[in-house]
Amino acid sequence: MTQPLVDVRDLFVTFHGERTVHAVNGVSLTLQAGETLSILGESGSGKSVTLKTLLRLLPEKRTRIEGGVRVRGVDVTTLSGRSLADHRGGVVSMIFQDPMLALDPVYTIGEQIAEAVMRHEGVSRAAGRVRALEALTRVRIPSPERRLNAYPHEMSGGMRQRAMIALAIACRPKLLLADEPTTALDATVQIQILLLLRELQQEFGMGMIFVTHDIGVAVEVSDRIAVMYAGQIVETGSLREVISAPQHPYTRGLLAANLHGAAKGERLSAIPGAPPALNEAPTACPFAPRCPSKIDVCERILPPVVRLGPERYVRCVHAAAVASPA
Amino acid sequence: MLKYLGARLLYTLPVAVGVSIVCFMLVHIAPGDPLTSVLPPDASAQLQQEMRVIYGFDKPLPVQYGMWLLKTLQGDLGTSIATGRPVAAELGRALSNTLMLAALATFIGFAFGSLFGFVAGYFRDTWIDKAASLVSIIGVSVPHYWLGMVLVIIFSVQLNLLPATGAGPGGSGEWRWDWAHIQHLILPAVTMSVIPMGIVARTVRALVADILSQEFVTGLRAKGLLDFGVFRHVVKNAAPTALAVMGLQLGYLLGGSILIETVFSWPGTGFLLGQAIFQRDLPLLQGTILVLAMIFVALNLMVDIVQSLIDPRVQRS
Repeated sequence: MTQPLVDVRDLFVTFHGERTVHAVNGVSLTLQAGETLSILGESGSGKSVTLKTLLRLLPEKRTRIEGGVRVRGVDVTTLSGRSLADHRGGVVSMIFQDPMLALDPVYTIGEQIAEAVMRHEGVSRAAGRVRALEALTRVRIPSPERRLNAYPHEMSGGMRQRAMIALAIACRPKLLLADEPTTALDATVQIQILLLLRELQQEFGMGMIFVTHDIGVAVEVSDRIAVMYAGQIVETGSLREVISAPQHPYTRGLLAANLHGAAKGERLSAIPGAPPALNEAPTACPFAPRCPSKIDVCERILPPVVRLGPERYVRCVHAAAVASPA
Repeated sequence: MLKYLGARLLYTLPVAVGVSIVCFMLVHIAPGDPLTSVLPPDASAQLQQEMRVIYGFDKPLPVQYGMWLLKTLQGDLGTSIATGRPVAAELGRALSNTLMLAALATFIGFAFGSLFGFVAGYFRDTWIDKAASLVSIIGVSVPHYWLGMVLVIIFSVQLNLLPATGAGPGGSGEWRWDWAHIQHLILPAVTMSVIPMGIVARTVRALVADILSQEFVTGLRAKGLLDFGVFRHVVKNAAPTALAVMGLQLGYLLGGSILIETVFSWPGTGFLLGQAIFQRDLPLLQGTILVLAMIFVALNLMVDIVQSLIDPRVQRS
C-alpha cells in the first residue's frame, strides 16, 4: 500500500494548566488520499483535539503532544515557524464549526480568501482576488462577485459556511478537516453543505476528516467511521461495518439513542451516566461505569485493541472473545 | 453611509442646543445680577434700570436666550470684563495654544500607549505585560501637576535644558514654529501625554487580549498566516475602539488642563478658564465653556464618523 495521507500513531494529548486534562489517550488512525473519515463522539471525547493536532492549533505552552502525527510523511509535531505556516492552509486546511466566529469580522470575505492565496502561492493581491472569486463560485455561493466585498455579518449562516469552505479549498489542500461544520446551521442548509463538501472532496481528491456528534451526518459523508470516547477510538471500520454491525457497547448505545428509524411513541434509549472526567489517563475501560455488558475485568485493565479485519478495530474485551488481539 | 451620517448629525443638534442653554443659564444661575459686576456699587436705581433695558435684561428669559444665541452664532461672544477685549479673540488665541499642546500630547500618548498596550496584550501574563501595565498604571495615577513640577525641576532647574513656563521667549508673543518656541511646548506636552498614554495603553491591552482569544485568530493561523499577518488583523480589529478612545482623550485635553497649563503658565483654554473663574469674568467664562463644550460635541461626532468608516459593523446597524 502507498504511503497514507494521514498517519497518526499512539497520539496522546495532555493539557496542563490549573488542572491537567488527558484529552487524547492513544489514538491511532490512518487516512488514504481521497478518503473520508468521520470521527464520531460526544462533547469532550477528544475528537476536536485530535483534529486540531493535525494543524498544531492547540495552545503551544499548555499542550503536550506525544506520539507520531504524519501528514504525507511529514512529522507535524516537529514543524515550526514558516514550515508550520506552509503546512497550515497549504497542505491541510480546516473548516470551523461557527464561521461567524472563525472569520475576521472587519475584513471582507474576498480579502480573507485572497490573503491565504497570497500567503501560500506568493501571488499579487489582484490575482488573489481572482482566485477568491473562483473559490466562491466553486462553492456555489449566490452572486459571488458581490460576496467578495461582503463582510461576514452581512451574509446568512449557510452563505458564511460556504465562504468558509471557499477559504479552506482556495489553496487546494490535500487534506480537509471539518470540525462540526453543520452543527450551527439549519437542517435544510446542513444537507446542502454536506453534499457540497462531499462533491468538493471527490472533485479535488482531497482526504477529509469530519468531526461530528451526529450519526446522520457521518452516514451522509463518510467512507469510514471512528467512534471516540474519553480520548480513545473505541471502534473503527467502514461506514457499513460500524453502522450495521457495531461491536463496541458504546457504539451500540449511540446508534440506539439515535432518532432516525425510531417508531412514534417509542421511548428513545439513552446511555445512562456521563463521560468520565479526564483528570487522569484512563487505566481501565473508561466506558465501564456506563456499560450494560460490563464484566469484572473491564474495571481492572485497559481493554485491548482487537483487530476484526483490515481497518476494522474495536477496543473492548468482548471483541477479544470473537477475534485474536491485534 | 450618507443616511448614517445624516442621522448622526441630527442627533448632535439637540445636544448642541442643550449645551447652549446650560451656558446661557450660567449667567443667571450665578448669584446677583450680571450688571452688578459692571456697574459701580453706588449706581442709581434709575441707571440700573436703563442699563437693564439697554442689555435686554428686562425681557423674558426665552427672548434673552434667542437674542444671545443669535449673537453667538454670528461669532459675537461679548466682551471680557477683565481685559475689555472681545471674548472671541481671547478664546481664539487660547484655543490655538491649547490645540497645539493637546494634539502633541495626544499624539505622544497614543503612540506610547498603543505600543505599551500592544506589547502587554500580546505577551499577556508575562513579565513584559506586568512592566508595561505598571508604566500605564503610574501614568493614570500620578498627579499631573506634580509630575509637571518634577519635570521642571529636572529639565529646567537642574539640567537647564528646557524653559519652565510660557509659550515663547519674552512673554506673550506670536507663536512661531522655531526652536525658541517649540522648546516651550515640550515639557507641558510630555506632562499632559501621560494621561492619554495610560488610558490608551490599558484600553489597547484589554482589546488585544480579547481579540487574541477569539476564534478567528485560530482561523487566521489555520490558513497559514505568519505572525505579522495575524498582527495586521489584530490591529484592524483594535483600531476602531482605540481611535475612539484617542478622540475622546483629545477632547478632554482640548478642554485644557487648568492644572497643567497653570503649572507651565501655558496661555491655553485651561489657563483662560482659571482666569475667568478667579476674576469672575462672566462673559469670558460663558464663552469659554460654550466653545469647549461645542468642541467636545463636534469631536464625538467626528470619532463616530471615523469609527463607522473603519468598522463596517457600526454604520449598518
